[in-house]
Amino acid sequence: MSWLGRIGSSGFWRRAKAMLVKEFIQLRRDRVSFAMIVMIPIMQLILFGYAINTTPRNLPTAVLLQETSDVGRTILAAIERTGYFKITHRLASVEEFDRVLASGEVLFAIEIPAGFERALRRGDMPALLVAADATDPVGSSSALGALNRIAQVALINERMLPDQTQPLFEIRAHARYNPAASSSLNIVPGLVGTILTMTMLIFTALSVTREVERGTMESLLSMPISPLEIMVGKIIPYIMVGFTQAALIIGFGVLLFGVPILGSLLLLALLSTLFIATNLSIGYSFSTVAQNQLQAIQMTFMFFLPNILLSGFMFPFAGMPVWAQWVGEALPLTHYLRIVRSIMLKGSGFIDLQYEVLALFALMLVAMTIAVTRFRRTLD
Amino acid sequence: MAVQSDIAIDVHGLTKSFDGRVVVRDLSMQVKRGTIYGFLGPNGSGKTTTIRMLCGLLTPDSGEGTCLGYDIRTEADEIKRHVGYMTQRFSLYQDLSVRENLEFVARIYGLNAPVKSAKEMIARLGLTGREEQLAAQLSGGWKQRLALGACTLPSPQLLLLDEPTAGVDPKARREFWNEIHALANDGLTVLVSTHYMDEAERCHEIAYIAYGELLTHGTVEQVVEQSNLTTYNVGGDDLQKLLQALEGKPGIDMVAPFGASLHVSGRDEKKLEAAIKPFRDGKKYNWSRAEPSLEDVFIELMNRSKDNFR
Repeated sequence: MSWLGRIGSSGFWRRAKAMLVKEFIQLRRDRVSFAMIVMIPIMQLILFGYAINTTPRNLPTAVLLQETSDVGRTILAAIERTGYFKITHRLASVEEFDRVLASGEVLFAIEIPAGFERALRRGDMPALLVAADATDPVGSSSALGALNRIAQVALINERMLPDQTQPLFEIRAHARYNPAASSSLNIVPGLVGTILTMTMLIFTALSVTREVERGTMESLLSMPISPLEIMVGKIIPYIMVGFTQAALIIGFGVLLFGVPILGSLLLLALLSTLFIATNLSIGYSFSTVAQNQLQAIQMTFMFFLPNILLSGFMFPFAGMPVWAQWVGEALPLTHYLRIVRSIMLKGSGFIDLQYEVLALFALMLVAMTIAVTRFRRTLD
Repeated sequence: MAVQSDIAIDVHGLTKSFDGRVVVRDLSMQVKRGTIYGFLGPNGSGKTTTIRMLCGLLTPDSGEGTCLGYDIRTEADEIKRHVGYMTQRFSLYQDLSVRENLEFVARIYGLNAPVKSAKEMIARLGLTGREEQLAAQLSGGWKQRLALGACTLPSPQLLLLDEPTAGVDPKARREFWNEIHALANDGLTVLVSTHYMDEAERCHEIAYIAYGELLTHGTVEQVVEQSNLTTYNVGGDDLQKLLQALEGKPGIDMVAPFGASLHVSGRDEKKLEAAIKPFRDGKKYNWSRAEPSLEDVFIELMNRSKDNFR
């Protein structure tokens, strides 16, 4: 009752209004918060509206033709016409067939075996082999579904063939790396990358702004220590923190969800360290740009959002339009997701992942350069 | 290594502005080695900016000079090695203990035995038994001592202290100054900014800065003498009425209550005499010539510079 009385009194609204006016003034002065109010909804709207597609089309596909035949060409054309597949690679050998799948260059590989056409004309029901990279079941399942109809309709216009009331060939689809299409096999490695991105960014994003806000930066700058020394000293402890986090998630993933680690654990550890260092450098560069800790957190959040949406963590990377894929390529999480999924689920080696490693290195160098050049050595 | 001269700070024509506002204008100063040089002036007069330019934290817009023989524009790294700078705001790590803070500083400066030198400094500061206390938990006076200890740990040749005793109780202030004198005795040069007149009198030399300009410098006696101020000490009842009557009269540059008496000062002795004559006749007030205090001199300087620059 007493609080009701208070709301009624004229003093209540006068004081509340004073507070409200003050909040608006502060909000107007805080440019980054203001930008966030506008940017976050626009960014979300564009990303969800244009970039994200849960039934991706035009997925990169490789073909291995063991024979050249009209029938083969017709079938391939029919496969492309479904809209789900886009033939990007023509392979010459079975080794290449395995390699392009392992490196993630393609999501599907199709093999037309030798003697396919002859067997077809004889009515022997030959098999067309389709191998799918099922590490991301969402990305591959709808395309695999579309394949089943192909066998019935692909050759309907071909003449000189036996009776077509029954399919003339079979499509033998093989979901590689994740045959049960279990989503935890996909999500657990992805989570390693997502959690590391969030925590590593926050840790270093705050590190310089905290010194500025608490006033310790002034005396630090008056001491004989260089910006590079400060950066290295601030990043290395968190590499260990990140490493512990990664080990925890992967350990529990293996124990609780039975996620396999098919590739080299050492390679996984090495490349995870690279990814951790890349994120720390990016966070650190935010730290040198932001005026205070709040701004640093806001920048981190703005960077985290596209990392989640465009990296292939939540939605299939191959299903995004080209511009969104380019944005995705500029994000460290995209490359790390490929690394961690490939090593754990596909058993990929260093050679398969060299492009991703190079990309992470490049991103780290860019961030470090920004950080060291942006770091203010004086208070000017 | 720069040539050892007996001048620690030698700067000419330093100017610095922020966003078009001149904060320090054409400032020149020389500080001899081994002296305690007091840097006085009101808030916002440019003391902190000057100190920051001296230790390479700010780049002057124009002007040049040396600090310990090193160029303040190009040899900031060398200056940082040999200068201890104590910031106005406590700038050690609040979430580190006394010992950890000192060891951190010792390591940054590359001291040979950081743990040992930190331990010695703790003993010297009288903080033994409190090594493991977090800096945040120390009282204001202890924080200042710790900050001074951190500055002197790497054995600098020059100490720049920016209002080191602001907000510290009188006893802690006195101890702090005793420590500064002890350091100067060991040959350290100390530049210390302050608001307190009693602290100014404990300096070997002082400089007064207002609105970014260095208005006067020298020993306390020289500064008082240079002011050419004539001052009367007035006793009696109802001084407030006298103050109101005298204020703003031609020839009277300053009237200020001092405890139970009034200080009346003027730059021109004759004009001052003329102005106070009507009030001297009666027996109501008790007039006597007095030496102007440092505060009289500074307030008068400030009033005068305000007329010139504002």
